[in-house]
Amino acid sequence: MKTIPVETTINGDSAEFLCHADESLLDVLRDRLGLTGAKEGCGTGDCGACSVMLNGRVVCSCLVLGVEAQGAEVETIEGMANGEELHPLQRIFLEEAALQCGVCTPGILVAAKALLEKNPDPTDTELRYWLAGNLCRCTGYDKIIKAVQTAAAEMRSA
Amino acid sequence: MRYVKPQSFEAAATLLHEEAGIARILAGGTDVLVQLKAEMVEPDLMVDLKHLPGMREIVAEDGGFRVGAAVSGAEMGEHAALKAMWPGVVEGVELIGSSQVQSRATMAGNLCTGSPAGDSVPAMVTAGAVARVQGPDGVRDVPVVDIPTGPGKNSLAKGEFITSILLPARPDTASDAYLRFIPRTEMDIAVSSAAVSLELDSDGVVTAAHVAVGAVAPTVLLVQDAGVALVGSKLDDAAIAGLVAAVEAACNPITDKRGTIEFRTKTAGVLAKRAAHIAYARAGGQA
Amino acid sequence: MAFDAQAERNFKVVGTRVTRPDGIDKVTGKAAYGADVSAPGMLHGRILRSPHAHARIVSIDTSAAKALTGVKAVVTGTDLAQPEDEAFADVAINCLARDKVLYDGHAVAAVAATSKAIAKQAIRLIKVNYEKLPHVTDVDEAMKPDAPVVQEGRALETVPAGMSQNVTTHCQFGHGDLEAGFAKADKIIERSFKTAATHQGYIEPQACMASLGSDGRGEVWCCTQGQYMVRANCAAALGVEESQLRITASEIGGGFGGKTSTFIEPVALALSRKAGKPVKIVMTRDEVLKATGPTISTSMDIKIGMTKDGRITAARGELRYSGGAYPNATVDMGAQAAFAAYDLEAVETVGWNAMTNRPKEIPYRAPGAPTAIYAVESVVDELCQELGLDPLDVRLMNAARKGTRSSYGPTFNEIGLVATLEAAKAHPHYTAPLGPNQGRGLSCGFWFNFGGNTCVSLNINDDGTIGVVEGNPDIGGSRASISMMAAEELGVPYDKVRTVIADTSSLGFNDITDGSRVTFAVGLATIEAARAAIKEMCRRVAKIWDIDEEAVIWEDGCAKPAGPNAGTHPPMTLAEIAAIAGKTGGPIAGHHEVNADGAGVSFGVHLCDTEVDRETGAVKILRYTVFQDAGKAVHPDYVEGQMQGGAVQGIGWALNEEYIYGEDGRLQNAGFLDYRVPVASDLPPIETVILEIPNPGHPYGVRGVGETPIVPPLAAVSNAVSRAAGVRMTELPMSPPRLLKAMTG
Repeated sequence: MKTIPVETTINGDSAEFLCHADESLLDVLRDRLGLTGAKEGCGTGDCGACSVMLNGRVVCSCLVLGVEAQGAEVETIEGMANGEELHPLQRIFLEEAALQCGVCTPGILVAAKALLEKNPDPTDTELRYWLAGNLCRCTGYDKIIKAVQTAAAEMRSA
Repeated sequence: MRYVKPQSFEAAATLLHEEAGIARILAGGTDVLVQLKAEMVEPDLMVDLKHLPGMREIVAEDGGFRVGAAVSGAEMGEHAALKAMWPGVVEGVELIGSSQVQSRATMAGNLCTGSPAGDSVPAMVTAGAVARVQGPDGVRDVPVVDIPTGPGKNSLAKGEFITSILLPARPDTASDAYLRFIPRTEMDIAVSSAAVSLELDSDGVVTAAHVAVGAVAPTVLLVQDAGVALVGSKLDDAAIAGLVAAVEAACNPITDKRGTIEFRTKTAGVLAKRAAHIAYARAGGQA
Repeated sequence: MAFDAQAERNFKVVGTRVTRPDGIDKVTGKAAYGADVSAPGMLHGRILRSPHAHARIVSIDTSAAKALTGVKAVVTGTDLAQPEDEAFADVAINCLARDKVLYDGHAVAAVAATSKAIAKQAIRLIKVNYEKLPHVTDVDEAMKPDAPVVQEGRALETVPAGMSQNVTTHCQFGHGDLEAGFAKADKIIERSFKTAATHQGYIEPQACMASLGSDGRGEVWCCTQGQYMVRANCAAALGVEESQLRITASEIGGGFGGKTSTFIEPVALALSRKAGKPVKIVMTRDEVLKATGPTISTSMDIKIGMTKDGRITAARGELRYSGGAYPNATVDMGAQAAFAAYDLEAVETVGWNAMTNRPKEIPYRAPGAPTAIYAVESVVDELCQELGLDPLDVRLMNAARKGTRSSYGPTFNEIGLVATLEAAKAHPHYTAPLGPNQGRGLSCGFWFNFGGNTCVSLNINDDGTIGVVEGNPDIGGSRASISMMAAEELGVPYDKVRTVIADTSSLGFNDITDGSRVTFAVGLATIEAARAAIKEMCRRVAKIWDIDEEAVIWEDGCAKPAGPNAGTHPPMTLAEIAAIAGKTGGPIAGHHEVNADGAGVSFGVHLCDTEVDRETGAVKILRYTVFQDAGKAVHPDYVEGQMQGGAVQGIGWALNEEYIYGEDGRLQNAGFLDYRVPVASDLPPIETVILEIPNPGHPYGVRGVGETPIVPPLAAVSNAVSRAAGVRMTELPMSPPRLLKAMTG
């Protein structure tokens, strides 16, 4: 199978890569671009660990073809902090112990950020439904929900 | 696998028609990529149509809305006028998968994938939605109800694909609703489902009713008798009993890992009843 | 090591909510998990798995796969050694089958190729000729004398003759006169229960990268709960010496017991040895569910007698567990845990394990206990209902306490059950009003907690900072709690300590991260290592001051002259001592090696409110509160996190999680779509109340907290649902079709 050249933007920087037509964006990010922050928990869109932003919307990168990134804007967990300054969600996840093993955390942060950009003041119920596609097996979700709400409040007052 | 972005609908139809191997259309990709991962299918050709004109647009047409085949669930949910006119259709689409899947999944894909449990299909059927189909020989309009023919199967010929779906106009005193049963609150395939679309007169009496159920037969079913049971009523107990009886009689489900024949039949009736009450209230009716 | 007898120790670091040291890496995507590394020249491994529940392998033809361009190695079961030790042999045969496949998903062969795509293609070119055999997947069926035999000759001597060869284990615990006890009861309830197998459901699939040379030297990077366990399993399966294998544990994306065994590392090493290149294997979710550790499936009978005022007079349980295709001892733990919460005059628990054509059971959080206690707590709840008694009062009346002879033998020391029950009774949740179709359930839970083999090395760096080296993967914040205990003991700020997880060549042996042992046992060893370093620092200072070693004490991070010498010298800080260590005898370090005892059992009580939909069988969890004795909560956030996470896993077990097998013996739901772990929208906030009844076996009073919280939810939810629905549920999961059927008859 021949590889296809793709030009895209990742975390604000232009990027070029070659991939096969049947490679997922997740495989491209992890195997070809060394961006291993997005994780493969299932490969079938059921766990959300591979969440990234594609043209301003949160997607499971396992359900996107790498070739679809042509001309697109991709944002990953690696682009969330500004240098050494963490995004409020990242900082508050640490402060409020909203992670245990941490493997679902990148996906949850990406998804939560996407929600807050759309709805800066979600109810707990809205937040829980929005994050229903991000499985976490460690925390029981409680501290995640609380941390996102703390971050949302801080971001609203900023 | 080859990945192609054709320059026109006609070119896409020709390409698909002439492909000797297995071809798949990439709309939202939320089913086809899962099939690739599971090695259920290994297409020779993947045709991406999202960039073609109208594919990602919702436009007003004849008092209704034409929804491009690549419009995502999230985009439909953000369209206030569409949601106001066909809340049941939109809530059905919005129930497909997670927030992540919503960014990609489409009504047309959900229809063509041919699952009897597709969440957007029952309400499209009760809405009388019509799919615009492009093929090698041109364009034709096909009622949505006629597209799925069985699990994983549809009536489209080789080279044909949906470019848009029309949700027709309707009076103000009309509305619809869709409900499904899943074991969790999210992330599951419907074990049973029901959509109800109603039109009322100024007294709140039902003048037209359409009821469809999902996951209880090889395809989504339009249950004519269930609609008939509601017409002329204000959803009194007798009318609802008639609705439930008609729905249960129409069910022809299977027992599998997600539910039993008995459970699917019983809950389809319950969901139809509940959806009817929601649609009625949305249409302005007061019991 | 005993609890420090200090009336009220004024902890400075322990008990605070500091930021974890590995946090930044985990919120920025930098942390390296099992699948996140690659190596130059690396090959991609992939495993071929059996499509049959039970079959004889007649032949395997790998020639076409080997011939494919890009394929560098192919291995089958004969490429692994056959260890003499049964436990090692089971692991090896589970990694690659030899004569028979024992379950759907059993590994048969593996390839290493230059790309994932070629590996995938190569797998399909391997031709396996199977002779299908009759299979059995249900525990009760497997125990019948005429059941298909999964493996022959595996029964322990304790199993009576004449039973199916599938029955491998028989155990019995208890004391007192059962007959006399039941005769005293006003009410006896006897019920049978069944529970489905569930999976740990960690989000990170097993992954490893391995390299093994023809000289027998190897390296493995993998996600595991125990790098030393991986080393032992790999050494046995490859026939190499442990000293030649260096295993490095990656960050671990959840385990819950599921990563306490080995599935792919020996395969990757065997492929690497043949190919002469590093090999990476990453399991798919489908493989994880088909071939890694689910927990046991069970069938259980419980009989309990009670007087009309609520005193339990006698209790008997018979547990039949199946841990899949290999023998295991999980039922022993279930049988010991079943009645642990009660002070009983007459009690007996009998346990059986039977093999079935299912994957090898791997421990899952408090293995064996949740199901047994579910059955017991269900019957206790039903007795309370029948006799019109308050379920908390009845548990308080019968609760095990200090001095109770436990149902499994030992006499309890200080335990927190009564305090935990009293906290639940005093909590507003217990008396909050309930609406129609709503019910409240409660359950006690228990776990033994482990100690075990532990090594810790603690280095005093020349700038006055501290390095702690420990050997247990950090599965949920343990680097933070270990650093906190080191800081506490040394009297230095938390941020002066960095704890790292050693590879197997850098530190002595450590048991796996299991049994809720890490904060207890590694913490204990860390405190002892710190004390050894302190002793050395005091010795150095005594030398400088030219006074007796005993005349120097350690306080607030400083050496101070004490007794008759008090005030004769200004205190020397740790940093000052460290800076001149080279002049006083060389680097300063402490270390401690121990097989830690005295872990101290842990009890919890859960309250759950549910609402049932009478027309669909749907269950909504309305409110949930966890009460648990933590001994001493080193980092309260992470203690709460364990309590919440365990509770939610138990809720999943109660409501929707299950292994579903078809008539053909194949697993029907090997994915997160139909293996339904709870999602955020399924749940309310999980409230937590931490009790601190110090564990006499730990200097700070710490008890393990990780496992107990998965024990009570099964019965707490079932009791709540049974009360809300008005019908007693006796099977898990209480999936909607099952509950609707129970309600409508």
